[in-house]
Amino acid sequence: MSVQIEEVRPAPTRRTPTHDLTRTSGIGLGVTMTWFSLLVLIPLAAVVTTAAAGGWGGFWRAVSNDQTAAAIRLTVTAAFGVTAVNVVIGTVIAWVLVRDRFPGKGMLELVIDIPFALPTIVAGLVLASLYGNDSPLGLNLVNSGWSVYLAFLFVTLPFVVRTVQPVLEELDQEIEEAAASLGASRFTTFRRIILPALTPAIAAGAALSFARAMGEYGSLVLLSGNLPFTSEVTSVRILSAIENDNRATAAAIATLLLLISLLVIVVLDVIQRRVASRG
Amino acid sequence: MSIDVSGVSKRYGDFVALDNINLTLPTGQLTALLGPSGGGKTTLLRIIAGLETPDGGSVVIEGNDATRLPVQKRNVGFVFQHYAAFKHLSVARNVAFGLEIRKRSKADVKAKVEELLALVHLSQFADRLPSQLSGGQRQRMALARALAIEPTVLLLDEPFGALDAKVRKELRDWLRRLHDEVHVTTVFVTHDQEEALEVADEIVVINEGRVEQVGTPDQLYDQPANDFVMGFLGEVTTVGDVRVRPHDVEVAVAPGVPGAVTGTVRRMLRIGFEVRISVATEGDAPDVTVVMTRTHARQLELAEGTRVWLTPAAGATTMAAARDAVPA
Repeated sequence: MSVQIEEVRPAPTRRTPTHDLTRTSGIGLGVTMTWFSLLVLIPLAAVVTTAAAGGWGGFWRAVSNDQTAAAIRLTVTAAFGVTAVNVVIGTVIAWVLVRDRFPGKGMLELVIDIPFALPTIVAGLVLASLYGNDSPLGLNLVNSGWSVYLAFLFVTLPFVVRTVQPVLEELDQEIEEAAASLGASRFTTFRRIILPALTPAIAAGAALSFARAMGEYGSLVLLSGNLPFTSEVTSVRILSAIENDNRATAAAIATLLLLISLLVIVVLDVIQRRVASRG
Repeated sequence: MSIDVSGVSKRYGDFVALDNINLTLPTGQLTALLGPSGGGKTTLLRIIAGLETPDGGSVVIEGNDATRLPVQKRNVGFVFQHYAAFKHLSVARNVAFGLEIRKRSKADVKAKVEELLALVHLSQFADRLPSQLSGGQRQRMALARALAIEPTVLLLDEPFGALDAKVRKELRDWLRRLHDEVHVTTVFVTHDQEEALEVADEIVVINEGRVEQVGTPDQLYDQPANDFVMGFLGEVTTVGDVRVRPHDVEVAVAPGVPGAVTGTVRRMLRIGFEVRISVATEGDAPDVTVVMTRTHARQLELAEGTRVWLTPAAGATTMAAARDAVPA
């Protein structure tokens, strides 16, 4: 479409980017921005504004409240821990799914997505039945901080697997053979050739996994018992702030979560670029 | 003798890729493994490299039994059809890879990489990424990378297969000259007989998992061991009961040639300087193809419908039309 319009127009000698849009791409950009603003930018701005209404002091009081600070500490630590686990285990699962042939592979492919498909409260029920009071494994995690880790692990399992898998499938096996013919061991080939190729996908999966963990609510409420200072997470804290009609505190915690998530995404991107070009 | 392959066989399920291959490739030569796709030549090359394990038989490289050695220990340079470039590393670091694995000093690596990049004419591209190179440049980089480890043998799998005709021809000449400079024992796989005839010192024709013939380009072209080799190295047509190359058919426009096959020109196709003529002969034999220059065709005043008398030219490579015949 753009080609046709280009033909009619004399080739401009100097292009200014603002006037470089064809009609279709103009409409496309307009729709994108409107949609994005309505769903993301305006609500986010509203939250930040509410948080800022009480000034710096109000914000700081809200997030440094002992109980809130404990919840933030637990959520962020658990999100980091779970993401780190996912980076390793998710890559291993993706590797097994792509490189190995075994009976039941199709089933496993399907099962991986269950944490995505299951309503989170159902996930909570499932976990409670296995690691709850009547645990057949004798592992009772109810009302403990570990229940938070468990719920996070469950709901974030597919992210790294599903981002790494397609990249691994596309990876040319000849490249590994080339490295081997040059004398590289399997481990060296993985570290210097395969890992740099997978890093962007791993980082993307890690970012998704971290963000999901930071906001998780449904799957853990049944299991964690929401005990202040032991198993209460930020999403629960936000909810109780709203229930107590304390919108400014809710907004302040939300803003802090937003900043942390943003920071993590940026840091992951920096790491990803470094590893991908290191080799 | 640099590479000794004896009794090597390889099957994939029911498919016999290689059937009892015995082959000796001398040191310092440039050898082509030539044959149709699926004939087993790539499998043989990969077995020599150690990228594939034979079901039986042995591979000896420079006197050392390499049959059980993993590819990492064989010290072979391998060049793939699709370059197998390390995409995230610069050209220089691609070439340096094998040397870094061997823990050479930084200065050594740098000097060797510079020398090799100069050899493959890529010095000014040292800091580019492979994606910023053309196909021909990428393949030269892959070659420099393989040569960096000073391999005992250099193995190339259809190295020019993914390139367009012009670049292919350039690289072919260049490989020949490079080999004359470097003198490393080189084996390359190709299905292009022209490429093999032009570049190789020696050609091994492989078909259906067996070696059909081994010889110099001249030997193969002039004395093909069988019908398959003759047909694979160039076009073949049948005049009466003799198989001969289309440009080796004599055409007369008057009768009187003893033993001539009579026919009628059915079709004439002019391609550049040559004319391809289809001649319908009596009986149900397929048309005879004759190739001659335009000038020759004009001298004979050939046109569609002209009666002609065909004989194999004196001194031409011929073969009785039946299979398993001895070349004339």
